[in-house]
Amino acid sequence: MNFFASIGRATLTVLAHIGQLALFTGQALAAMVSPPIYSRLILGQMMRIGYYSLPVVGLTAFFTGGVLALQIYLGGNRFGAEAIVPQVVVLAVTRELGPVIAGLMIAGRVAAAIAAEIGTMKVTEQIDALTTLATNPIKYLVVPRIVAAVISMPILTAIGDSIGVMGGYAVSVYTLDFNGTGYLKNTVDFARSEDITSGLIKAAVFGFIVALMGCYHGFNSKGGAQGVGNATTNAVVASSILILAADYVLTALLFHK
Amino acid sequence: MSTPKIQLIGVKKRFGPKVVLDGVDLTIDKQSSLVIIGGSGTGKSVTIKSILGILRPDEGTILVDGEDITHINGAERDRVMKKFGMLFQGGALFDSLPVWENVAFGLIQGRGMPRIKARDIAIQKLAKVGLREDVAFLSPSELSGGMQKRVGLARAIAADPEIIFFDEPTTGLDPIMADIINDLIISTVKDVGATALSITHDMTSARKISDKIAMLYGGKIIWQGPTGEIDRSGNPYVEQFIHGRAEGPIKMAVKA
Repeated sequence: MNFFASIGRATLTVLAHIGQLALFTGQALAAMVSPPIYSRLILGQMMRIGYYSLPVVGLTAFFTGGVLALQIYLGGNRFGAEAIVPQVVVLAVTRELGPVIAGLMIAGRVAAAIAAEIGTMKVTEQIDALTTLATNPIKYLVVPRIVAAVISMPILTAIGDSIGVMGGYAVSVYTLDFNGTGYLKNTVDFARSEDITSGLIKAAVFGFIVALMGCYHGFNSKGGAQGVGNATTNAVVASSILILAADYVLTALLFHK
Repeated sequence: MSTPKIQLIGVKKRFGPKVVLDGVDLTIDKQSSLVIIGGSGTGKSVTIKSILGILRPDEGTILVDGEDITHINGAERDRVMKKFGMLFQGGALFDSLPVWENVAFGLIQGRGMPRIKARDIAIQKLAKVGLREDVAFLSPSELSGGMQKRVGLARAIAADPEIIFFDEPTTGLDPIMADIINDLIISTVKDVGATALSITHDMTSARKISDKIAMLYGGKIIWQGPTGEIDRSGNPYVEQFIHGRAEGPIKMAVKA
């Protein structure tokens, strides 16, 4: 086997995938701005993507805030700076951990569910059936999921932010002997609105990534149960990686000095 | 002579190095019923999907009512799709929706009909394929294979299409249910005055539901003619296929 041929083939495959994804994204964006808009479906997807994700996002946010408080206390203790816990907790949660943890949880929960559902529809010809019923599958399946995810994620993140701060508060007040009122006052005084809005902007982008990856891999799944399984795995892995990569890029852009 | 309902001229389609359709020419007259026969993997489904625009042919032209639809998209495509109804091999019912909404789907989403009115029409269409009203509120997963086919048929005819495609309508059904579906196909197609195109490898079904038969082999139509003449085709490929013989000019690729 020719060594250069295999490199060439791999490169072409990667480029073809990028092209296919770009095309798919373009179709989805174009479908988003042209009628009909299925508002019933958007609301239904917001229930599934947003509302039903509340428990998992809330729980992870609480424990993340809690462990953050503990670590900052222990670390800060080394140079007598343990009082900085509320400030660092609110900064880390609103800017980074709130949106990223919510994004990763949604990637696991929602990207997988979307890819499995659309993948099954693909292999059982339900997507072809939509076409024969004069319904654009991108408009009917993809747009409602993307719109719902982009709206739901900032809301979920805002709730996750509050719960995360409360996680830090609970650990600090009940195990580290902080004064409760003082903790909250320090939190509120320190946090700036741009800390929170930057996190919410990130959350909206993560929502877009998750729904897009779920739909894209679902639409391109082939070959029965195994194909749907692969699509699900790829959707979760791709959206998780893209979330972390986008997080870096967005941070660099949003806090550009 | 009037314009044929559907016309395929030199349609070619390949997947990578594999040529599936190698210049298919086919004409389907108004209100006639054509059945394409051929072995598995000879491109029967690809032919249908090319006409529906689910796949894009690499070469050739597809005309519907004399209009070139090979490269149309978006709203144009949706307009032409309203002429079509299709019964899928596995039913392809939407499992997230109850039976009636499946049947009414094209009316509600494609044509913007109010849900209540669409539901009444769905129940009428279900009655046409011999299903009672209470089935309308079940989920597709609660139905047997034969009932799913009937629901698929009701969905295909719900919007009174001008053209109906049947993809392996009898595959996976017992012989009695297969015959019931054949009868339903004949009566529903007559009822709405539609043009029918079916693909199958079930010769009993093919003889029963067709006016004309065409055989696809090696990416080309190798024989076509009125159904009554299929036994006198004089074509060794057709002979082998309709009699189901392992020996003959058609060599099945056992290894993929």
